[in-house]
Amino acid sequence: MSLFILVALPFLGALLPGIMNSAGRAACAGVTFTVSLLAFLGLLTNLPAVWAGEVVTARIDWLPELGLNFTLMLDGLGFFFALLILGIGLLIIAYARHYLSRDDNMGEFFTYLLLFQGAMVGIVLSDNILLLLVFWELTSLSSFLLIGYWKHLPEGRQGARMALTVTGMGGLAMIGGMLILGQIAGSYDLSVILQNRELIQADPLYLPALILILIGCFTKSAQFPFHFWLPHAMAAPTPVSAYLHSATMVKAGIFLMARMWPVLSGTPEWFMIVTTAGLVTMVLGAVIALFKHDLKALLAFSTVSHLGLITMLLGTGTAFGAMAAMFHILNHATFKAALFMSAGIIDHETHTRDIRRLGGLRVLMPVTFVVATLAALSMAGIPLLNGFLSKEMMLEEATHTTLFGMPLLVPVLATIGSLFSAAYCFRLIGHVFLGPVRDDYPAKPHDPGPGLWLPPAILVVLVVVIGVAPFVAEPFVKMVTASVLGGEAEVPKAYFKIWHGLVPALFMSIAAVVGGLLLLAVFNPALRFWDAAPRPEAKAIFESIVEAVARLAQALILPLHNGAFSRYAAIGAVAIVAAGFHAWSTGTVGAPTRELQPAGPVPIAGWLMLVAATGGMVLMHRNRLLSLILIGIVGLMVSIGFVFFSAPDLAMTQFTVEVVTIILLLLALNFLPKTTPVESTVLRRVRDAGIAIAGGLATFALAYHYLLRDAVTTPISEFHLANSYKGGGGTNVVNVILVDFRGFDTYGEIIVLGIAALLIYALTETLLGGPVRARLLNRKPDQPRAGDMHPMMMVVLTRVIMPVILMVGFYIFLRGHNEPGGGFISGLVVSIAVVMQYMASGFSWTSARLRYPYHGVIGAGVLIAGLTGIGSWFVSKPFLTSDFTYVRIPPFQEFELATAALFDLGVFLAVVGAVMLSLESFSRLARRAHVPDSEYPMDIDPSRDDPQPDAAAGGAR
Amino acid sequence: MELLVASAIGILTAGGLYLLLRLRTFPVILGISLLTYAVNVFLFASGRLTTAAPPILRDDISLYADPLPQALVLTAIVISFGMTAVVVMIGLGAFLGSDDDHVDDQPAPDEDKAEGTS
Repeated sequence: MSLFILVALPFLGALLPGIMNSAGRAACAGVTFTVSLLAFLGLLTNLPAVWAGEVVTARIDWLPELGLNFTLMLDGLGFFFALLILGIGLLIIAYARHYLSRDDNMGEFFTYLLLFQGAMVGIVLSDNILLLLVFWELTSLSSFLLIGYWKHLPEGRQGARMALTVTGMGGLAMIGGMLILGQIAGSYDLSVILQNRELIQADPLYLPALILILIGCFTKSAQFPFHFWLPHAMAAPTPVSAYLHSATMVKAGIFLMARMWPVLSGTPEWFMIVTTAGLVTMVLGAVIALFKHDLKALLAFSTVSHLGLITMLLGTGTAFGAMAAMFHILNHATFKAALFMSAGIIDHETHTRDIRRLGGLRVLMPVTFVVATLAALSMAGIPLLNGFLSKEMMLEEATHTTLFGMPLLVPVLATIGSLFSAAYCFRLIGHVFLGPVRDDYPAKPHDPGPGLWLPPAILVVLVVVIGVAPFVAEPFVKMVTASVLGGEAEVPKAYFKIWHGLVPALFMSIAAVVGGLLLLAVFNPALRFWDAAPRPEAKAIFESIVEAVARLAQALILPLHNGAFSRYAAIGAVAIVAAGFHAWSTGTVGAPTRELQPAGPVPIAGWLMLVAATGGMVLMHRNRLLSLILIGIVGLMVSIGFVFFSAPDLAMTQFTVEVVTIILLLLALNFLPKTTPVESTVLRRVRDAGIAIAGGLATFALAYHYLLRDAVTTPISEFHLANSYKGGGGTNVVNVILVDFRGFDTYGEIIVLGIAALLIYALTETLLGGPVRARLLNRKPDQPRAGDMHPMMMVVLTRVIMPVILMVGFYIFLRGHNEPGGGFISGLVVSIAVVMQYMASGFSWTSARLRYPYHGVIGAGVLIAGLTGIGSWFVSKPFLTSDFTYVRIPPFQEFELATAALFDLGVFLAVVGAVMLSLESFSRLARRAHVPDSEYPMDIDPSRDDPQPDAAAGGAR
Repeated sequence: MELLVASAIGILTAGGLYLLLRLRTFPVILGISLLTYAVNVFLFASGRLTTAAPPILRDDISLYADPLPQALVLTAIVISFGMTAVVVMIGLGAFLGSDDDHVDDQPAPDEDKAEGTS
């Protein structure tokens, strides 16, 4: 099976459990099992190639310019881990089917599980370290979801958060390390990196890269001092603990160390850091595990300890150490997953995991007893079980390892670690299964159905088979070791045997087992001593660190981000001006290349009006109606400026937009207070004026400087001017650009405009549907109303003028391709014609005569424009390619027919619809309850409900 | 002429910024409108200033104003109308909902310390 399918299967399969949720628990688990089984079988189809020493690869270039490619490879190491992930995954799925209760959402669980499975398979098959990082983060995320699966448990949520924080931070460190590594090697492909051992180890950045990558590995694999998250992750459902936290995810860090072994190992730094961390973790984890009363906590710390053991073996940097590490990964995965599942069974049947409340289960749960005991004895290192074999190899390796110049340090510590390890295994057997049967279990224990005990039993069969006949596993482990070593060292010749003769490792093993038994005999005094000894509580330390970081972040961010828009605006303006000033003061400015054009009296007069209006707005902005009139003057001056500087299309657009904007603002002002109160202090106003003047000076300087200089390169406008008539069939270049050269751009713009109008409509609907509606209906106008709501002169005038304006709009539309005009402008003109009817004859009179809803007009516009664009596909041209021809229908002159005109029609409709929908929405707010909507134009409102008596009196005078 | 246009851009920006920093919605909306003028004129001026040469092709003329900034600004004007309308609607909705047209969050009397400590 292709590696792509192998990686994609779990991800695609993750969609299924959620769908199957309603089909029942069996169907949900069944479909998950099938997906995993397919992936498992697909992996096995690659076994012959891997066995022959080939590396199966698959490659798709994803972002080659970043060095990020979707390249996968399957060698012995990847195959081994994928086998563990998918094989144990199958057992876990079968187990979880029976473990989860009816209240648990099974589809959700299996979705997360498959996501995790896919991410893990992705890690072990990645040939690109950037891709590997993506999958690495995905495992952190999916494990977060799985640990916190029981959302109602606070421990679950806290544990999930802690795991995500620690592994996520490690992941960040690792990104840094991997980027450095990729920079050194010149490629992000593992296959290239693995060939460059000398280059990488000689680089001065080797040490930072190593440390960063190791932080990533250590956090993931729970190595000291990052080990504390793993026990807290035990709040997860037991299948998750068995899967993620014993067999797979926590081994991702170890996998990476093994993967990078050929390039990173063998240096003194690697040896010192990795071996020390592994050794400390091994001993510390074993000691803590002995004194834990929670079965899963005991197993969690024992996992920490065993991961330390494997890390230490990888740290030695010898081929034998690597082989022992690989063998122990296999053995640990089998017996530890079986133990976790047994712990889950005990929890499930007795409703407690507290060892102090258990004992005597041997009689009540014989099957579980056999399974758990064999697995625990294997973990303790008893011969004829697989744990013994790899532990012997570890001790053998330890006798050859010298750390800090002390030859005895590593062997002694390794023996102590093994001793405690044996002790907690014996405690697990002795205190849970042996001893007298009690009568105070929280629930009556009995063996579960085969659905729960069969998966661990299958693993225990492996434990025994490998333990009795180690030669079965030998070729496989050696194949994996060969791919770990990657040609940097020879695979050791040593055979896997139970009996090696009277070697030191045997005596150390015996010492550990006997010592373990003795320690258990004095367990109660030891426990008292342990409880009395002060120890740091990792969770408290972690939480205080998180709290401190959060406080620091708040102290930094809250003053800047306090919900005050004006503060953000001020900070933004100052920052932009400062950046511009920096560029100004450090850059160089070329000499002016353009002459100053002389300014006549008319431009100066216009400029004066613009400046006066702007100044008036700033000074008198508290009078809102006045400032609205002044901004109209500004807009008018800008329009005239456009006319003056040869932009007739712009002038027409600006002018018409000005009209609708002012109407819109007037409608809004109808509801808003008419004046702005004085609130800001003088100091603040001075500050704001300072910012404003700085910003104004900056834009002035920028504009002035480039107005006096020609463009650095020839603008694309030359092309537009040259091809407007030839290619686009129009002489108005601006319009041809809009509907032809940059038609796609325009298409996007009318869609945005339509969305804006729909948003306004939706906001209005929300307002009118909520409590605001009552207030609006009973609103008393704060100013006296006019007596004749719809003055006769205006009504008559607007109706007479309506067809004229429509014709003008039509004319502007048609001539747009060759003369100033076009869809935008005629759309605005026609909108104004319609708005005038609303204003003159009233809302209900006008809307009663409207046949087409504005939504539909917007939609029709966008559709017509889009279909015009699609039309060019039928003649095998790209989207929005335009065409035109000239026709002559007597007695008219010859005229042009262009597809661009059809597109412009779409623009026209969209603009009309959008403008009208916005204005109509605003007007709807103004309808009042006690004033019935008049169906007649030119009506007189005799009530004239004046709010202020004095105003009314003034009106009557 | 260049000086007039450049200074107009500067004055519009300054006025817009000052109004943008006011405390009530209506002046802020007008400020945004002034800034829109400034930006549009600025973009338009990037085609440099040309008088009496509109980009309408004629047989006997070879000098035209730069059409591209005009096309870009044309759509910018229309879009800015849509944007202004949305902002006005949001401001109006906020005012109608709370009877308060401040743009900034007003400090709540009792829960001013509780925020952001969790």
